[in-house]
Parts: sequence; C-alpha cells; structure tokens
Amino acid sequence: MAEIVLKNIIKRFASLVAVNNLNLEIKNKEFVVLLGPSGCGKTTTLRMISGLELPDEGQILLDGEDVTFKRASQRDIAFVFQLYALYPQMTVYGNMSFPLRAQGYSKKQIDEEVNRAAELLKIKHILNKKPRELAGGDMQRVALGRALVRRPKVFLLDEPIGTLDAKFREEMRTELKRLHVDVGATTVYVTHDQVEAMSMGDKVVVMNKGVLQQVDTPQDIYRYPKNLFVANFIGSPGMNFMDCIPFKDANGKVSLKIGNIDKPLLIPDKLQKVIIDKGKVDKVIVFGVRPEDIYIEFKETNNYLKSKVFITETLGSYNIVDVKLDKYTVRVRTLPVVTPDINADAYIGFDMDRVSLFDKETENSLM
Amino acid sequence: MAEIKLVSLKKSFGEITAVNEIDINVKDKEFFVLLGPTGAGKTTTLRLIAGLEKPDKGDIYFDNVKVNDLGPAMRDVAFVFQYYTLYPHYTVRQNLEFPLKSNLRKTPQDIIDKKVAEVAKILHVEHLLDRQTINLSGGEMQRVAIGRAIVRTPKVFLMDEPLSNLDAKLREEMRTELARLHLDLGETFFYVTHDQIEAMTMGDRIGVLNEGVLLQTGTPDEIYNKPIDTFVARFVGSPAINLLDAEIDGKKLIIGKRDRAMQCSLNDYQCKLVGNAKSKSVILGIRPEDIIVSREKQEINSFECSIYFKQSMGVEDVLNLKVSDELIFKAVAPTKFNANIGDKVFANFMMDRSHIFDYESGKRLEI
Repeated sequence: MAEIVLKNIIKRFASLVAVNNLNLEIKNKEFVVLLGPSGCGKTTTLRMISGLELPDEGQILLDGEDVTFKRASQRDIAFVFQLYALYPQMTVYGNMSFPLRAQGYSKKQIDEEVNRAAELLKIKHILNKKPRELAGGDMQRVALGRALVRRPKVFLLDEPIGTLDAKFREEMRTELKRLHVDVGATTVYVTHDQVEAMSMGDKVVVMNKGVLQQVDTPQDIYRYPKNLFVANFIGSPGMNFMDCIPFKDANGKVSLKIGNIDKPLLIPDKLQKVIIDKGKVDKVIVFGVRPEDIYIEFKETNNYLKSKVFITETLGSYNIVDVKLDKYTVRVRTLPVVTPDINADAYIGFDMDRVSLFDKETENSLM
Repeated sequence: MAEIKLVSLKKSFGEITAVNEIDINVKDKEFFVLLGPTGAGKTTTLRLIAGLEKPDKGDIYFDNVKVNDLGPAMRDVAFVFQYYTLYPHYTVRQNLEFPLKSNLRKTPQDIIDKKVAEVAKILHVEHLLDRQTINLSGGEMQRVAIGRAIVRTPKVFLMDEPLSNLDAKLREEMRTELARLHLDLGETFFYVTHDQIEAMTMGDRIGVLNEGVLLQTGTPDEIYNKPIDTFVARFVGSPAINLLDAEIDGKKLIIGKRDRAMQCSLNDYQCKLVGNAKSKSVILGIRPEDIIVSREKQEINSFECSIYFKQSMGVEDVLNLKVSDELIFKAVAPTKFNANIGDKVFANFMMDRSHIFDYESGKRLEI
C-alpha cells in the first residue's frame, strides 16, 4: 500500500528551474508514467520521490507521511536505473539475493523470496548464470528481480529499457506491464518514449521544461490533448497540424480556410460554436487531426480537399499515405490495400468529431 | 546507378562468423534494406560492400564487375553513418562541396555551385548553407550528411542506421523524406537497420539477417504476410505475432496442451499443409490484428478468454487475453470496444490469415 502526493514542488539547479511548482497525486497500485523530452524534469522528479534529490520548495507525502527530507534508505522504495548495474562476479541468484542479505534475512527467507521473484519474471532457469552469460532482456529482468525481492512500497524506474533493441523493448513493455498487473505495487516510470508511456501507464504525466502539461489516462491524453505540445508528443505517426482561419459566410456559417486553399472546409455546428465562443473568427488557429481520422478518396468528394500523393509507407497491418496539401505534408492512415501512385490526385476528408483546434498564440486546446 | 550482387559472402572475426555465406541481388534503382537485431552482421555486410572489410570467401559484383580487389575509393560508393561525420567548423556549403573537391574528381567550381544548390534544395537546407555545422540540430546535421552523400553521383548509396540517433518525430519525417528522395534520385540504396518499421516503410525489398545468416529476402508484403520462419515472423510487425504451441489433430489444431482449450478448424489448404508435416507438433502464428475480439461467441474458431491487461496504442488497444496461465496472447481492438481488465470476451481467430510453422525447425510449412 503506497500513495504518493507531491505538493508545489520546486527544484532549481543554479539558475535553471528543473521542476516548476509540480502538483501530482499517485494512487495506491497505480502505474504512473512521467513522459517528456530530455530536460523536462521527469528524472529530477523521480529522484525527489526516491530521496536522492531534495526539493527546494514543496512537500512529498508517502502514505500521508511527510518524507520530504527523509533519506532514500528510509523511504522503502526500489529504484531501477537505466543501466543494468548487476554485480558481474555474482550469479543471478547472488545478485537477486543481495538486497536481502544486506538486510539480514535468513537463508530460508532469502530462498523463498528469490524463487518467488524468479518465478514471476520467468528467470528460474538462469539463477546460476553470471550476468555476462545473459542476453540484454534477461539482464533487465534480473535487475527488476533484485528490486522485486525487497517487496518495496514503490517501484521507481528510470528509462529501464531505453538502451534495448526495438524488438526487445516491445517484449519488455509487455513483461513490465504484466508484472505490474500481477504484483500490483505502486510504480513510477520515467521515459521519453510515448509508446512506452501509452502502452504501460494507467496514468500518463506529460512534462515539458519543468512544467506539468497534462495528467490523464492514455486514452484521454490521446483523444483530448490539452495543448499543442501534448498533441504533438503523443501518437505515432503524430497528429497533423495546419494553420487555418475561420471565417463567416453570408449565411453566418463559420468555415475554415486552410493555408492558401480557396475551397473552404465546412465544419459542424459544434466546432462553429467553439470558434465563435472563443472569439476566433478571422483569427489564425491551428487545426489538428490524427492520421486515422482522415479519409482518402481518389475522386472529388463533398467537403474533401484536393491534395497530391507524396509517398506511401507500408506497415503490414496498415499503410500511411503522405499527401501534400497546400504547404503541409499530411499523413493519412489507410488499409493495406491503399497504395496510390506518387503524385496522384487524392481528396482528403476529416472525421469532424475527432479533430482538435488550438489557439495559435497560447497553443492551448480550444475544445 | 548499379546492381549489386553478393555471392556466398563470408566474413569471420576470430571465432565469430559475422556474415555466413550470404547471397543478395540488389536490383538497379532498388531501395534494399538489410534488417536484423544487434550483432546480426548487417554493418559487416555493408562494410564488405564498401570495401572497408575484405571477405574471407565469396564475391562482390557491381553491375556484373567483380570489385573484390578494388579499394573503397575506387568502388565509388557513398556512405551515410549513424553518427554524422561532418566537419564541425566547416559551413554546410563547405561540407557539401567537400566530396566534389577531392583530387580524384576535380570538379569545376560552377558545376560544384550548381550541384550544391540542387542538393540543398532537395534536402531543405538552402537557408543553412552558410552556417557552421556545429550550430545545427540533429535532424539538420543528418540532412547535410545525406546531402554530402548525394552531391556527387556514386554508384551506390550505403546507409548504416542513419536515423537511429534522431528523436521519434524527426525519424518519422526523415523516413518519408528518404523514401521519396530515393524515388526522385532513382539510385540504388542499400540500407541497414534493426528497426522493422524503417524496413517496412522504406524498403522495396527487405533481407532479414540473424547471426550472420540471411533468413529471407522479399518485399515488405512478402516478409509480413509470408514469413519464412518464426524468427522473421516475430521480428517484423508490432505488436509482435502470437506464436502458440499447437498439435495437429486431423483437420484441427489443438492449442493448450493440458486442457486442450482451443481447437482451431483449418481450411483446405492448411489441412494439406499439416497433412505433409513431419511431426504432430507445430507452432501456430497469428498476428494480433488477425484475432478479432467480440462480446458474443461466434460460429467458428471463437474462444472464451478474459482480458488480462491492455496496452493503449492511441489509435487502438492491444489486449492481452488469457485463456489459462500458460495461454496468453495479444489481440488488437478498436478503442471503442471499451475493454476492461477481467472482462470475459471471445477471441476469434481469422485462421485464413494464420501461419503454421514446424515445431523443431521453426520453418514455415509448405506444400
């Protein structure tokens, strides 16, 4: 059982504000991912939770107890670094039992704990091997196992799989998620990889330049990004963005003029209302749409815009067709059978229930 | 412009066979991708083609001319590396001019100017020409590095993971640009990567290499839809294909050794396949997108299971489905399926799209 609360946390390194007034609640048994580019403050936040770094201002509560200035060793949390950090001279068993021996457990207790962890991680067959005999994925499992035997209140993981091959990373994402489902310990995980955040997190915390951008479930962060930064950071291939100007026609209907395209894009009442309410008629705003929310046709279609095929990327279960629309390259997700010729005319339409609009100046969502 | 032919090419370092008698025919103007995990022998193959390594055995032909005894300079290849190898204190223009000013070529200045202008335009670095490369971003540097390769017209472009040090967004952009550049230039590209997405999206054909052995060569479609063995099947595609141990029982495959929980009916073609199988034990390969999840049982190949956990991919969810502790597999479901952990659902195997492999060798069953 462990709940973590961060209140108004500020951390400075000389003149740099690494973490700027962060408020965050991590519930018991939750898998929370801190996500952002390098320098966003995610690792500093993790180190403050662990006790390896002290905040300049604010408070950290662990199960209601103020641990802001408690030492790392007094917090009962396990920290797994990016690097393997195994003792090369010890066997896997030796490595995994090390934290328990250090804490004076009996031989029998140690044996039980190591076997339990090894079972969970499916590494029982390598307990007698030395680290140098292990594959990369197994080394990570052993590093995790060493954290697991202590049954800590909280797991803190700092880009633990960042250095692995793409294929291994995918396997480890599933392993880690599965482990969390089975063990159910509160986990805080740091990464710059949005796929890791989306596929493992119960909750994703997006940070940029020390400032929290959004906290939400993966589904909501994907569907309802609060600003351009989040919209751009989440999703692969990413959301398409186009500058546009909403304008009123003679009947008072609001349509969008995208780039230098003469043909107006008609939008439903709901979006018209957003634009009018936010006072954005005749002002530049940003139109955002994900590749899977764009339809493509190869003949003129009502309220579709004319574009030219730039290239098609095949991914097996789907294709990404890149089209040039005005000055923009727009990515469209299609079925694998859609393989248009380069430079062919393509007409694209948008699922208006799923598009986003952003303020050009503040970059915040208008929705 | 060149055809590249590798014949029984072999290269060892001490006791390690890095490249083990591989045969590849790269057609003129083809974008060929050599794909494999770390240590597969990809980079060694590339260095053999460039003339930076000497093969122990086998021959290398450019346009049917044997080049084994030619040095790197005489082979007329252009190399783009993972790490940008630019001259940091030169401007972008000087870096681009450099290959043309070599004593070997002695290009007149007016031609150099013309070439540099052309290349800068193709790679969108015109505005950077007079900047020192040290002041460029990672993406800009890699563009210049590619520019330096294409400024002269070599016989072959060799690329060694040129995108792997870029961040995810930029990698996506550069992928499309490289694929389009290849079409526009109409030159032969030989590209090495461990990232199956790069291979699938850019390659005209892919060669999958593991432990020095070339396992399969084919178009992205062939590699994805007709993998020659379980390694290729697993390596290509994300989320990875499910590989389930199965037993042949007449016109059915039985999955789940103990409880025989899943009995998959085979189509006529598959019945013929398993009729010829050497052993009763096989591996059923089925991609997560070829398992359709429903709330109600369907007529055929529909199996009850529970949702163990889900991994969000934004556009869709990957469901980890559990039939028993030993029998867990992945299926892709639209986000609107609203999967919850613990839900009882039915997994419908689209057996027509499945693959059957020999249990011992892992090879695809063929008639």
